[in-house]
Amino acid sequence: MEKRVVFRSAWLPYALVAPQIAITIVFFFWPAVQAGWYSFQLQDAFGERTQFVGFENYRALFADANYLQSFKTTALFSLLVAGAGIAISLLLAAMADRVMRGALAYRTLLIWPYAVAPAVAGVLWLFLFAPSIGIITFALRSLGIQWDWVLQGDQAMLLVVIAATWKQISYNFLFFLAGLQSIPRSLIEAAAIDGAGPSRRFWTIVFPLLSPTAFFLLVVNIVYAFFETFGVIDATTQGGPAGATQILVYKVYYDGVKAADLGGSSAQSVILMFIVIALTVVQFKFVERKVQY
Amino acid sequence: MIENRPWLTVFSHVVLIAGILVVGFPLYVTFVASTRTLDDILTVPMPLLPGDQLWQNYSTVLGTGTTRGITSGPVARMMLNSLIVALAIAFGKIAISIIASFAIVFFRFPLRNFFFWMIFITLMLPVEVRIIPTFKVVADLGLINSYVGLTLPLIASATATFLFRQFFLTVPEELAEAARIDGAGPMRFFWDVVLPLSKTSIAALFVIQFIYGWNQYLWPLLITTDESMSTAVIGIKRMINTGDALTEWNLVMATAMLALLPPALVVMLMQRWFVRGLVETEK
Repeated sequence: MEKRVVFRSAWLPYALVAPQIAITIVFFFWPAVQAGWYSFQLQDAFGERTQFVGFENYRALFADANYLQSFKTTALFSLLVAGAGIAISLLLAAMADRVMRGALAYRTLLIWPYAVAPAVAGVLWLFLFAPSIGIITFALRSLGIQWDWVLQGDQAMLLVVIAATWKQISYNFLFFLAGLQSIPRSLIEAAAIDGAGPSRRFWTIVFPLLSPTAFFLLVVNIVYAFFETFGVIDATTQGGPAGATQILVYKVYYDGVKAADLGGSSAQSVILMFIVIALTVVQFKFVERKVQY
Repeated sequence: MIENRPWLTVFSHVVLIAGILVVGFPLYVTFVASTRTLDDILTVPMPLLPGDQLWQNYSTVLGTGTTRGITSGPVARMMLNSLIVALAIAFGKIAISIIASFAIVFFRFPLRNFFFWMIFITLMLPVEVRIIPTFKVVADLGLINSYVGLTLPLIASATATFLFRQFFLTVPEELAEAARIDGAGPMRFFWDVVLPLSKTSIAALFVIQFIYGWNQYLWPLLITTDESMSTAVIGIKRMINTGDALTEWNLVMATAMLALLPPALVVMLMQRWFVRGLVETEK
């Protein structure tokens, strides 16, 4: 869509886009190019000499068992976060769509976790699950479950999945609720007149009509789990124990900032950029088409 | 309501109430912990009813922060930093995006599409994937430990630019034509017609971007080495010691309450704008 009526000026439009473009170049494009450049270099420990090494950093990464493990960890983490988040919020949204009494109150009380920073969400759950003083740790122990995520890798994973999912439920809930409310009531009424019960109506009418929303949320949640959960991980497990919760973004940070491996970290950055590009393309293709059945 | 099924309605309410309780439980425990002494919290299991240390804990963190093990500096200062950062990011993003999309929609000029695509591509370059080089750029510009360094690299916004562009495309052409016939220049048209029409979009975006700015974590963590520039979210992380016993959990939890309250209030009080902003920025 284009406007036919436009203004004319030789310099004004450039002045108007200048601030945005300047920031984009200085803080986005230039660093991205530099990441690409560093990824072909090897630096000595003191950062004095650099050497061009071609694809050596990439080769080393894919030969590194830790890096490959980090891929698996990220995949597991994002699938768990997306799956649990979507399932729980779909249930809540379906219930909220049914009730009329107190609908606004329910919505208000379910959406506030969106406002909590991932790092703060991590701290809240860290406190509940703390190995010696946590209240949930205590409850689990009285049920006979030994809980110590500092030593147990899968328990650490469970902790970060819970914290990350908890924060994202409100987001999914709002989108599902909007999706549910846009389904024409006449369809559901017709099915009810034909004698279909609530659960049958849900699975044969409502759920298929919601599938575009669900697919959209799947992509958004995976992007969230890949990148925005850095705060959750850093505030709780810091990638441990023994790399059990070291997702890709955390490894870029750890190798670059803590271990000062500039070349290796930059190569990881470049690989991550390709992952973001792939995810963005998937997301936009979907949004363009607006899948409907 | 399609049909009357009282048991299903009861079931719905039960599920929703259970959901609210589960979602709210961490917040409740945090609140309780922030009103107790450290000794109360270190008793296993910790008491689950609020104590009488509310005033004591909150005034301690706001005035001096934690002192045992790690000195964090006063949280009041962190709250101020968070507020400055969140407002600067929200206003900055809105300001530079609205003028950029105004230029892209209401002018024809060479490289117009090129600029639009440049802004679009920033969507694919989140700060998390270019940590070290961006840090170097900011360090070379001498912006470490400054508000400019904390905010400027984050205010480019593809989503806000899109949102305004979509909205401007729906502004009737007759308005621009009428303005031109009446002899109004482009900036006059911007101030008197476009900006007032964009009020609701601006409000919706403001809520989303305020929360985004307040909740920033990775970037402030890299850029602030001086505790007086720390934001509230970073401050909490710095208060936690490895090993449960050394951490002053009562004060950490009071800080957590303080750090999550402003954005949570914004979401709940400006719910209408929030929902709208959330749905629109994702289009």
